[in-house]
Amino acid sequence: MTAPLIVFFVLAALAVIGAISLILQKHPIHSALSLIVVMVALAGLYLLMGAEFVAAVQIIVYGGAIMVLFVFVIMLLNAGVEEHTSLSKIAGPPGLLLVLALAAFVAATIAKSGASVEAARQTGALSSTKGISEMVFKDFVYPFELTSFLILVAILGAVVLAQREKS
Amino acid sequence: MVPTEYYVILSAILFGLGVFAFIFKRNVITIFMSIELMLNAVNLAFVAFSQALGKLDGQVFVLFVIVVAAAEAAVGLGIIILIARNRQTLNVERVDLLKL
Repeated sequence: MTAPLIVFFVLAALAVIGAISLILQKHPIHSALSLIVVMVALAGLYLLMGAEFVAAVQIIVYGGAIMVLFVFVIMLLNAGVEEHTSLSKIAGPPGLLLVLALAAFVAATIAKSGASVEAARQTGALSSTKGISEMVFKDFVYPFELTSFLILVAILGAVVLAQREKS
Repeated sequence: MVPTEYYVILSAILFGLGVFAFIFKRNVITIFMSIELMLNAVNLAFVAFSQALGKLDGQVFVLFVIVVAAAEAAVGLGIIILIARNRQTLNVERVDLLKL
Protein backbone atom coordinates (compact mmCIF):
# COMPACT_ATOMS: atom_id res chain seq x y z
CA MET A 1 0.00 0.00 0.00
CA THR A 2 1.47 3.32 -1.03
CA ALA A 3 1.59 6.46 1.08
CA PRO A 4 -1.18 8.39 -0.79
CA LEU A 5 -3.50 5.41 -0.40
CA ILE A 6 -2.90 5.29 3.36
CA VAL A 7 -3.55 9.04 3.66
CA PHE A 8 -6.73 8.58 1.60
CA PHE A 9 -8.07 5.83 3.82
CA VAL A 10 -7.29 7.74 7.03
CA LEU A 11 -9.03 10.90 5.75
CA ALA A 12 -11.95 8.92 4.28
CA ALA A 13 -12.48 7.10 7.59
CA LEU A 14 -12.36 10.45 9.40
CA ALA A 15 -14.99 11.90 7.03
CA VAL A 16 -17.33 8.90 7.31
CA ILE A 17 -16.99 8.76 11.12
CA GLY A 18 -17.73 12.49 11.29
CA ALA A 19 -20.84 12.06 9.11
CA ILE A 20 -22.11 9.14 11.24
CA SER A 21 -21.40 11.18 14.37
CA LEU A 22 -23.49 14.03 12.88
CA ILE A 23 -26.44 11.61 12.74
CA LEU A 24 -25.92 10.01 16.15
CA GLN A 25 -25.29 13.14 18.21
CA LYS A 26 -28.38 14.40 20.01
CA HIS A 27 -27.24 17.98 20.57
CA PRO A 28 -26.98 20.32 17.52
CA ILE A 29 -23.67 21.82 18.67
CA HIS A 30 -22.10 18.33 18.69
CA SER A 31 -23.49 17.73 15.19
CA ALA A 32 -21.95 21.02 14.04
CA LEU A 33 -18.54 20.04 15.44
CA SER A 34 -18.81 16.64 13.69
CA LEU A 35 -19.56 18.44 10.42
CA ILE A 36 -16.41 20.54 10.88
CA VAL A 37 -14.41 17.28 11.17
CA VAL A 38 -15.95 16.10 7.85
CA MET A 39 -15.06 19.39 6.15
CA VAL A 40 -11.45 19.39 7.35
CA ALA A 41 -11.05 15.77 6.22
CA LEU A 42 -12.43 16.71 2.79
CA ALA A 43 -9.98 19.62 2.61
CA GLY A 44 -7.19 17.10 3.23
CA LEU A 45 -8.53 14.94 0.40
CA TYR A 46 -8.54 17.98 -1.94
CA LEU A 47 -4.88 18.59 -1.04
CA LEU A 48 -4.17 14.93 -1.80
CA MET A 49 -5.71 15.43 -5.25
CA GLY A 50 -3.55 18.51 -5.87
CA ALA A 51 -6.45 20.97 -5.64
CA GLU A 52 -4.78 23.25 -3.13
CA PHE A 53 -6.89 26.34 -3.90
CA VAL A 54 -10.15 24.44 -3.37
CA ALA A 55 -8.73 23.00 -0.13
CA ALA A 56 -7.92 26.50 1.16
CA VAL A 57 -11.36 27.81 0.18
CA GLN A 58 -12.97 24.78 1.83
CA ILE A 59 -11.22 25.54 5.14
CA ILE A 60 -11.79 29.31 5.01
CA VAL A 61 -15.38 29.46 3.72
CA TYR A 62 -16.89 26.18 4.94
CA GLY A 63 -14.85 25.47 8.07
CA GLY A 64 -14.57 29.14 8.94
CA ALA A 65 -17.47 31.28 7.78
CA ILE A 66 -20.41 28.89 7.30
CA MET A 67 -19.83 26.73 10.37
CA VAL A 68 -19.22 29.78 12.57
CA LEU A 69 -22.61 31.05 11.33
CA PHE A 70 -24.18 27.71 12.32
CA VAL A 71 -22.58 27.71 15.77
CA PHE A 72 -23.65 31.34 16.27
CA VAL A 73 -27.28 30.50 15.44
CA ILE A 74 -27.26 27.40 17.67
CA MET A 75 -25.99 29.47 20.58
CA LEU A 76 -28.27 32.43 19.78
CA LEU A 77 -31.39 30.23 19.79
CA ASN A 78 -30.13 28.19 22.74
CA ALA A 79 -30.98 24.98 20.83
CA GLY A 80 -31.37 22.05 23.16
CA VAL A 81 -31.30 18.28 22.79
CA GLU A 82 -33.52 17.19 19.93
CA GLU A 83 -36.66 15.25 20.76
CA HIS A 84 -37.95 12.33 18.77
CA THR A 85 -41.63 11.47 18.67
CA SER A 86 -42.85 7.95 17.91
CA LEU A 87 -43.68 9.07 14.35
CA SER A 88 -40.12 10.21 13.69
CA LYS A 89 -38.71 7.00 15.20
CA ILE A 90 -40.54 4.83 12.66
CA ALA A 91 -39.13 7.06 9.89
CA GLY A 92 -35.67 5.58 10.61
CA PRO A 93 -35.86 2.09 9.03
CA PRO A 94 -37.59 3.18 5.78
CA GLY A 95 -35.11 6.05 5.51
CA LEU A 96 -32.20 3.64 5.93
CA LEU A 97 -33.66 1.37 3.22
CA LEU A 98 -34.07 4.34 0.89
CA VAL A 99 -30.48 5.45 1.47
CA LEU A 100 -29.16 1.91 0.89
CA ALA A 101 -31.09 1.76 -2.40
CA LEU A 102 -29.59 5.13 -3.42
CA ALA A 103 -26.06 3.99 -2.50
CA ALA A 104 -26.53 0.72 -4.42
CA PHE A 105 -27.73 2.65 -7.47
CA VAL A 106 -24.74 5.00 -7.36
CA ALA A 107 -22.32 2.09 -6.83
CA ALA A 108 -23.83 0.19 -9.79
CA THR A 109 -23.52 3.28 -12.00
CA ILE A 110 -19.88 3.74 -10.98
CA ALA A 111 -19.13 0.06 -11.63
CA LYS A 112 -20.63 0.36 -15.11
CA SER A 113 -18.86 3.62 -16.02
CA GLY A 114 -15.51 2.82 -14.38
CA ALA A 115 -13.90 1.84 -17.67
CA SER A 116 -14.78 5.08 -19.45
CA VAL A 117 -13.37 7.18 -16.60
CA GLU A 118 -10.20 5.12 -16.74
CA ALA A 119 -9.91 5.72 -20.49
CA ALA A 120 -10.31 9.47 -20.19
CA ARG A 121 -7.64 9.82 -17.51
CA GLN A 122 -4.73 12.02 -18.43
CA THR A 123 -1.53 12.39 -16.52
CA GLY A 124 0.15 15.71 -16.10
CA ALA A 125 0.35 18.10 -13.19
CA LEU A 126 -2.24 20.85 -13.18
CA SER A 127 -1.12 24.24 -12.04
CA SER A 128 -4.42 24.55 -10.32
CA THR A 129 -4.56 28.03 -8.73
CA LYS A 130 -3.30 29.81 -11.85
CA GLY A 131 -5.54 27.71 -14.08
CA ILE A 132 -8.60 28.29 -11.90
CA SER A 133 -8.08 32.05 -11.85
CA GLU A 134 -7.72 32.11 -15.63
CA MET A 135 -10.92 30.09 -16.06
CA VAL A 136 -12.93 32.11 -13.52
CA PHE A 137 -11.99 35.46 -15.03
CA LYS A 138 -12.12 34.41 -18.71
CA ASP A 139 -14.46 31.49 -19.45
CA PHE A 140 -16.72 31.83 -16.41
CA VAL A 141 -16.71 35.60 -15.99
CA TYR A 142 -20.52 36.02 -16.35
CA PRO A 143 -21.39 33.27 -13.84
CA PHE A 144 -18.76 34.79 -11.54
CA GLU A 145 -20.41 38.22 -11.73
CA LEU A 146 -23.80 36.59 -11.16
CA THR A 147 -22.54 34.98 -7.94
CA SER A 148 -21.56 38.40 -6.60
CA PHE A 149 -25.11 39.55 -7.32
CA LEU A 150 -26.46 36.41 -5.60
CA ILE A 151 -24.40 37.16 -2.50
CA LEU A 152 -25.70 40.75 -2.47
CA VAL A 153 -29.29 39.45 -2.59
CA ALA A 154 -28.50 36.91 0.16
CA ILE A 155 -27.07 39.65 2.40
CA LEU A 156 -30.21 41.76 1.94
CA GLY A 157 -32.43 38.73 2.52
CA ALA A 158 -30.63 37.72 5.70
CA VAL A 159 -30.77 41.27 7.09
CA VAL A 160 -34.50 41.65 6.30
CA LEU A 161 -35.37 38.21 7.71
CA ALA A 162 -33.41 38.44 10.95
CA GLN A 163 -34.44 42.03 11.66
CA ARG A 164 -36.42 42.46 14.85
CA GLU A 165 -39.92 43.72 14.11
CA LYS A 166 -40.68 47.27 15.14
CA SER A 167 -43.79 47.36 17.26
CA MET B 1 -2.10 7.78 -7.06
CA VAL B 2 -5.49 6.99 -5.53
CA PRO B 3 -8.01 5.60 -8.07
CA THR B 4 -10.84 7.99 -8.95
CA GLU B 5 -13.44 5.33 -8.11
CA TYR B 6 -12.42 5.45 -4.43
CA TYR B 7 -13.16 9.16 -4.27
CA VAL B 8 -16.50 8.74 -6.04
CA ILE B 9 -17.51 5.88 -3.75
CA LEU B 10 -16.57 7.96 -0.68
CA SER B 11 -18.62 10.79 -2.17
CA ALA B 12 -21.61 8.43 -2.61
CA ILE B 13 -21.28 7.22 1.00
CA LEU B 14 -21.17 10.78 2.35
CA PHE B 15 -24.13 11.79 0.18
CA GLY B 16 -26.13 8.79 1.45
CA LEU B 17 -25.33 9.66 5.06
CA GLY B 18 -26.44 13.24 4.32
CA VAL B 19 -29.75 12.01 2.88
CA PHE B 20 -30.29 9.77 5.91
CA ALA B 21 -29.53 12.62 8.31
CA PHE B 22 -31.98 14.80 6.35
CA ILE B 23 -34.74 12.19 6.77
CA PHE B 24 -33.95 11.15 10.34
CA LYS B 25 -33.03 14.33 12.21
CA ARG B 26 -35.78 16.46 13.72
CA ASN B 27 -33.94 19.69 14.50
CA VAL B 28 -34.14 22.35 11.75
CA ILE B 29 -30.51 23.37 12.23
CA THR B 30 -29.26 19.76 11.99
CA ILE B 31 -31.37 19.18 8.87
CA PHE B 32 -29.74 22.26 7.40
CA MET B 33 -26.31 20.86 8.29
CA SER B 34 -27.13 17.60 6.50
CA ILE B 35 -27.79 19.64 3.34
CA GLU B 36 -24.29 21.09 3.71
CA LEU B 37 -22.95 17.54 4.08
CA MET B 38 -24.61 16.54 0.79
CA LEU B 39 -23.15 19.61 -0.96
CA ASN B 40 -19.72 18.64 0.35
CA ALA B 41 -20.12 15.10 -1.00
CA VAL B 42 -20.96 16.49 -4.44
CA ASN B 43 -17.94 18.82 -4.28
CA LEU B 44 -15.70 15.82 -3.61
CA ALA B 45 -17.02 14.09 -6.75
CA PHE B 46 -16.47 17.29 -8.77
CA VAL B 47 -12.82 17.58 -7.71
CA ALA B 48 -12.23 13.84 -8.22
CA PHE B 49 -13.50 13.96 -11.81
CA SER B 50 -11.62 17.21 -12.43
CA GLN B 51 -8.42 15.43 -11.41
CA ALA B 52 -9.26 12.29 -13.39
CA LEU B 53 -9.98 14.18 -16.61
CA GLY B 54 -7.07 16.60 -16.22
CA LYS B 55 -9.36 19.61 -16.58
CA LEU B 56 -10.04 22.41 -14.11
CA ASP B 57 -13.75 22.94 -14.87
CA GLY B 58 -14.74 20.77 -11.91
CA GLN B 59 -12.76 22.86 -9.47
CA VAL B 60 -14.30 26.09 -10.82
CA PHE B 61 -17.75 24.55 -10.28
CA VAL B 62 -16.78 23.66 -6.71
CA LEU B 63 -16.06 27.35 -6.11
CA PHE B 64 -19.53 28.26 -7.41
CA VAL B 65 -21.13 25.55 -5.23
CA ILE B 66 -19.34 26.96 -2.18
CA VAL B 67 -20.56 30.48 -3.00
CA VAL B 68 -24.16 29.26 -3.38
CA ALA B 69 -23.84 27.27 -0.13
CA ALA B 70 -22.67 30.39 1.70
CA ALA B 71 -25.60 32.43 0.37
CA GLU B 72 -27.99 29.59 1.21
CA ALA B 73 -26.62 29.35 4.77
CA ALA B 74 -27.09 33.09 5.33
CA VAL B 75 -30.71 33.13 4.11
CA GLY B 76 -31.61 29.73 5.63
CA LEU B 77 -30.31 30.61 9.06
CA GLY B 78 -32.27 33.89 8.89
CA ILE B 79 -35.40 31.84 8.20
CA ILE B 80 -34.55 29.49 11.10
CA ILE B 81 -34.23 32.48 13.45
CA LEU B 82 -37.69 33.64 12.29
CA ILE B 83 -39.18 30.17 12.86
CA ALA B 84 -37.69 30.00 16.34
CA ARG B 85 -38.99 33.47 17.14
CA ASN B 86 -42.54 32.83 15.90
CA ARG B 87 -43.06 29.20 16.98
CA GLN B 88 -40.72 28.97 20.02
CA THR B 89 -39.42 25.61 18.78
CA LEU B 90 -36.78 24.16 16.45
CA ASN B 91 -38.51 20.79 16.04
CA VAL B 92 -39.78 20.42 12.46
CA GLU B 93 -42.78 18.40 13.63
CA ARG B 94 -44.05 21.40 15.57
CA VAL B 95 -43.80 23.63 12.51
CA ASP B 96 -47.02 22.41 10.87
CA LEU B 97 -48.94 25.56 9.98
CA LEU B 98 -49.72 24.25 6.48
CA LYS B 99 -51.14 20.98 7.84
CA LEU B 100 -54.90 20.75 8.02
